[in-house]
Amino acid sequence: MGAKVSEHRWGMAIDLDRCTGCQACVAACHAENNLPVSNPEQAAKGRAVHWIRVDRYYEGEFPNVRVKYRPVLCQQCDEAPCEPVCPVYATYKNPEGLNVQVYNRCVGTRYCANNCPYSVRFFNWFDPAWPEPLQLQHNPDVSIREGGVMEKCTFCIQRIQRAEEDGSSDIQPACVQSCPAEAMVFGDLNDSESNVSRLAGSGRATQLLGELGTKPKVFYLERAK
Amino acid sequence: MNNAAQDVRRDLWRPLQGVSWRYLAVILPLSLVTLWGLIAWGYQLHHGIGVAGIRRPVFWGFYLVDFVFWIGISHAGTLISAILRLTDAEWRKPVTRAAEAITVFALMIGGMFPIVHLGRAWIFYWLVPYPNSRLLWPNFRSPLVWDLTAISTYLIGSTIFLFLPLIPDVAQLAKHTTGWRRWLYRRLALGWTGSDREWHALERAMKLMAGIILAVAVSVHTVVAWDFSMAVAPMWHSTIFGPYFVAGAIFSGIAALIIAMAVIRKTMRLEQYLTPHHFNNLAKLLLLMSLLWTYFTVAENLTAWYGNEPKEMAVFGARARGVYAPYFWTMVVCNFFVPFVLLGIKKLRSIKTALIASVTVLIGMWLERYIIIIPTLSRPRLTAAWGSYAPSWVEISITVATFTTMVVLYLSFAKLFPIISIWEFKPHDRVSES
Repeated sequence: MGAKVSEHRWGMAIDLDRCTGCQACVAACHAENNLPVSNPEQAAKGRAVHWIRVDRYYEGEFPNVRVKYRPVLCQQCDEAPCEPVCPVYATYKNPEGLNVQVYNRCVGTRYCANNCPYSVRFFNWFDPAWPEPLQLQHNPDVSIREGGVMEKCTFCIQRIQRAEEDGSSDIQPACVQSCPAEAMVFGDLNDSESNVSRLAGSGRATQLLGELGTKPKVFYLERAK
Repeated sequence: MNNAAQDVRRDLWRPLQGVSWRYLAVILPLSLVTLWGLIAWGYQLHHGIGVAGIRRPVFWGFYLVDFVFWIGISHAGTLISAILRLTDAEWRKPVTRAAEAITVFALMIGGMFPIVHLGRAWIFYWLVPYPNSRLLWPNFRSPLVWDLTAISTYLIGSTIFLFLPLIPDVAQLAKHTTGWRRWLYRRLALGWTGSDREWHALERAMKLMAGIILAVAVSVHTVVAWDFSMAVAPMWHSTIFGPYFVAGAIFSGIAALIIAMAVIRKTMRLEQYLTPHHFNNLAKLLLLMSLLWTYFTVAENLTAWYGNEPKEMAVFGARARGVYAPYFWTMVVCNFFVPFVLLGIKKLRSIKTALIASVTVLIGMWLERYIIIIPTLSRPRLTAAWGSYAPSWVEISITVATFTTMVVLYLSFAKLFPIISIWEFKPHDRVSES
């Protein structure tokens, strides 16, 4: 083992001043990652799965209300609170700094989800089902998760892997690719020349709940107040 | 053998003989409820854990509440009987076995819940560090692995603790019974002959086990508390959770013991053996633990409220004046006011009031675990992710079934073995005679 320095350290920057809350990222993520489709009863219970969601926060009193959108996905923490609590190592840090979930190892204690301050972990309450003919559009690069296991955003690890196999450096997770406002930027934090490194180092960058010491690799860009 | 000793044996063996229709009228309906609980669990295994009411963000619900509750009840036996054994309290003698049996059965029930609540319950053994071809180990940093270790140690330890003082009694029973009972008692007696060497060894083993079990019992409920306090969730990440949970566990354990003893006393006509003196002493212990629990509860909530940290206040507010307030204040009444009035005022303290207080304490302590687990999970740090929880019929069925299972197991045990340790009782009886 030892401290092996990896070539890549993937990160993301999300410009909150650009986000329009259009939910294109949410739809793209569903299609790319074979997310189970919920039904009205289960969704009303809060069981719909969205690896990325757009949180809305309201400021001011009616009629002078300002809505602030914040897309929230797994923050890929360097010090992830979800990792140490898993009794079977189903969630761990991979060499490229990604916090990954091993579906086949997960026994479903849901402890990781309780300990995630961002509430971005989702549980498969049942075996997944897709209404016909949606199952035909499954992404062959992404495994289907069975009932009883935890899942969450992977930073589209299948796309990262594909790009590395092809020797390409153009990697975009589905949410980044589909953002019409170009509010999201993905890249290598180890590369000081990359866009994401520049943005993460800019004065506008903040980390969500950074005070908890989780060291997220997702940076939110906001106009300084 | 003198007459007094013969009387003791006659009285304490009487409940073992025959099965009355009244016994069956209690056991059979309760067994049906237990069966219903098993069916509910089978339904959950077949359809998926989603048939329970848990949902994001409340990933832990009734099952974890039941888990902590039953592990708490299990502290009746060991702690009480171990402490009383170590301090040589004479009055403990007719109480210990009733208490130790509660421990073993409550642990069996409580220990099931971490498995019942798993998303994929059939691979629960992946938490066990066993050698396997893929060289995979459990994560020893996870409190859930500590939990598994602590609870299985406790179950083995408390079973031995129950079994050791049973040996002289089953050896006696083997001499005086026939058929399958004789076969069973002889196996369990392990060839006990009653020689001085054996008595001496038994005494030493019990002293040793009492010491060990005390440490194990404290560590078990501390580890259960750490399942919560190791998480960074608001109002869980608390330093006092270990001792707070241990105190709560002993508190509910004593309440369970008082209820069990009151029922045994009436149904098995053991009024001479389980006297108001015993109930008076246990009631005082219950009152003491009620005060200790109240102290911890005040310390826990007052500091959170005074600190006024927004994330903690969201949980505190939901408990003290929000949707969970009815449960919270019922808990305070059940766990503090009822025992304080009924047992604190000497004139009011009797077997009946001790029984009433014990029932409210059990209700209150179940609610306490609910109040600790659910509000925190329903109020995560990001307000956009806030949610709620309501149990489904599956969780309610399994919860109710655990109580009936406890009664069935306990009554079956009392039918097979004398619920009061005969050999320990007799010397005491002789002393009081002379």
